[in-house]
Amino acid sequence: MAVILEARALAFGFPGRRLARGLDLALSAGEVLCVLGPNGGGKTTLFRTLLGLHPALEGELLLDGAPLATLGRKTIAQRLGYVPQDHAPEYAFTVQEVALMGRAARIAFFGAPAARDFAAADAALEALGIAHLAGRPYTEVSGGERQLALLARALAQQPLALVLDEPTANLDFGNQVRVLRRLRELADRGLAVVFSTHRPDEAFHGASRALLLTTSGAFHYGAPEAVITAENLKAVYGVAVNVAAVNGTRVCVPEF
Amino acid sequence: MTRSPRAATVAAGLVLAALAASALSLGEVALPLGEVVAVLGNAVGLGGEAPEQAAQIVWQIRAPRIAAALLVGAALAAAGTAYQGMFRNALVSPDILGVSAGAAAGAVLAIFFSQNALVMQAAAFGGGFVAVALAYAVAAAARGHDPGLALVLSGVVIGSLLGAVVALVKALADPLNQLPPITFWLLGSLAAVTPRDLAVAAPLVICGLVPLFLVRWRMNLLALDDDEARSLGIPVAALRIAVVCAATLMTAACVAISGVIGWVGLLVPHAARLLVGPEFSRLLPLAMLLGAAFLLVVDTLCRTASSIELPPGVVTALLGTPAFLFLLLRGRRRWQ
Repeated sequence: MAVILEARALAFGFPGRRLARGLDLALSAGEVLCVLGPNGGGKTTLFRTLLGLHPALEGELLLDGAPLATLGRKTIAQRLGYVPQDHAPEYAFTVQEVALMGRAARIAFFGAPAARDFAAADAALEALGIAHLAGRPYTEVSGGERQLALLARALAQQPLALVLDEPTANLDFGNQVRVLRRLRELADRGLAVVFSTHRPDEAFHGASRALLLTTSGAFHYGAPEAVITAENLKAVYGVAVNVAAVNGTRVCVPEF
Repeated sequence: MTRSPRAATVAAGLVLAALAASALSLGEVALPLGEVVAVLGNAVGLGGEAPEQAAQIVWQIRAPRIAAALLVGAALAAAGTAYQGMFRNALVSPDILGVSAGAAAGAVLAIFFSQNALVMQAAAFGGGFVAVALAYAVAAAARGHDPGLALVLSGVVIGSLLGAVVALVKALADPLNQLPPITFWLLGSLAAVTPRDLAVAAPLVICGLVPLFLVRWRMNLLALDDDEARSLGIPVAALRIAVVCAATLMTAACVAISGVIGWVGLLVPHAARLLVGPEFSRLLPLAMLLGAAFLLVVDTLCRTASSIELPPGVVTALLGTPAFLFLLLRGRRRWQ
């Protein structure tokens, strides 16, 4: 499978405050990367760097083989979809209008959405099972439904890769599991997916890779089983955790 | 919330046409609506018997003023809609951001130095743009505060600073030759608008409207967080500057001919949003129609309600203050 998102010897952070260096990542179509780390560990800055919203301090980022720094915002938006954390917007756009915004990079600058853009937005809503919400105000649906609407917007971009900032943070347990299943399905259909979370268990729910950031600038990267270990979690979060297996799926159980 | 935008817009257009015809018939000399229709029909070559006197009243006296009310109302509403969308803040408007005060300061300085209409327009635009740029820069620098609140407060503060500039010019102005026109104009009035004023202001308003119509759909994305909008492929900073310029140009063009008429740019976009939702390409035309209708009604009241002419700014403030308080108290979670 083609490598879609690649970091070579990446250092990210701010001038005078580097958060990590020497990060090598390669994410192919069909892969899911789970990013973990304590508060202040740099997840947000890493994501902003991956999205080309914040300059890398060192090294190189490649998106579909092209250096990210040389790509315009429109080209990046055609290849990379971003799903921010659920937020309360200022205005009550409908769910369909939110999904349509994903078409911005595929609509002429002075244009408006055409039939094929509506079709793409509706297809994304359909794929996520929220087509029935199309006409509802985005501000009045539940947090889980808003998260799905933002995901639909990213899918309407028709990207090669998705970057999701804590997609399960504000969801109830059932919706957390459903969103992670969706991500796995999307990867199986050929997308590369990066998501962040505060729950190490989620690295075992469909992710093929895990990245564990620390506040010291060190990081662990590799298969989830190799990264999410009792030892690493203790070192990063400072709490004792047992990693056990239940029905073949690993879970992290803190010691009390 | 009504979600049949076309019906709402068509209805607003029809209401506006009816209001304009009624406004032509109302005044010191009441003209029967039939005569007004005949005069208008004559003008577009439909023929019909129109009395000479009626034609004169319609074309010489009432039409320029009504045209000014429609132009200023529509332009202020369009500017307010643009500012509210672009700053992700439904409590801002040309007056709250200090744009009107800045434009007024520029225009008053131009009157003080006895300049012509074009210089006054340029000075009004310069003043308005400086005001909104300052307000935005101060709000952006005031981290650690609620950004919406910071923008409103910095706009109010910048506006009062520019109000002091206006006061200084008034103190320095020649009390016989300069002060009366400055004071009269500052009250906000459509009474003195001449066809020549309209000929200067209308093209400027159109220059501001064209870019807004071109980016009418993309405007929606400015309502998102900057990072989000950029990740969707929007050049946020460039688009925002273009939209600020367009909205400020329209505001300044209005202030230069009519003085400061507050509240239209704040309230009308809310009313339009209630009818068709926040989607900008539907919102903008309706907001302009409602703005034109609102100011037309206000101005017609001003010139007919009592024997003396009332300043429209007084009437919009009387209507606007309770409406603003209502919006504020209702909370800011659900701007429809």
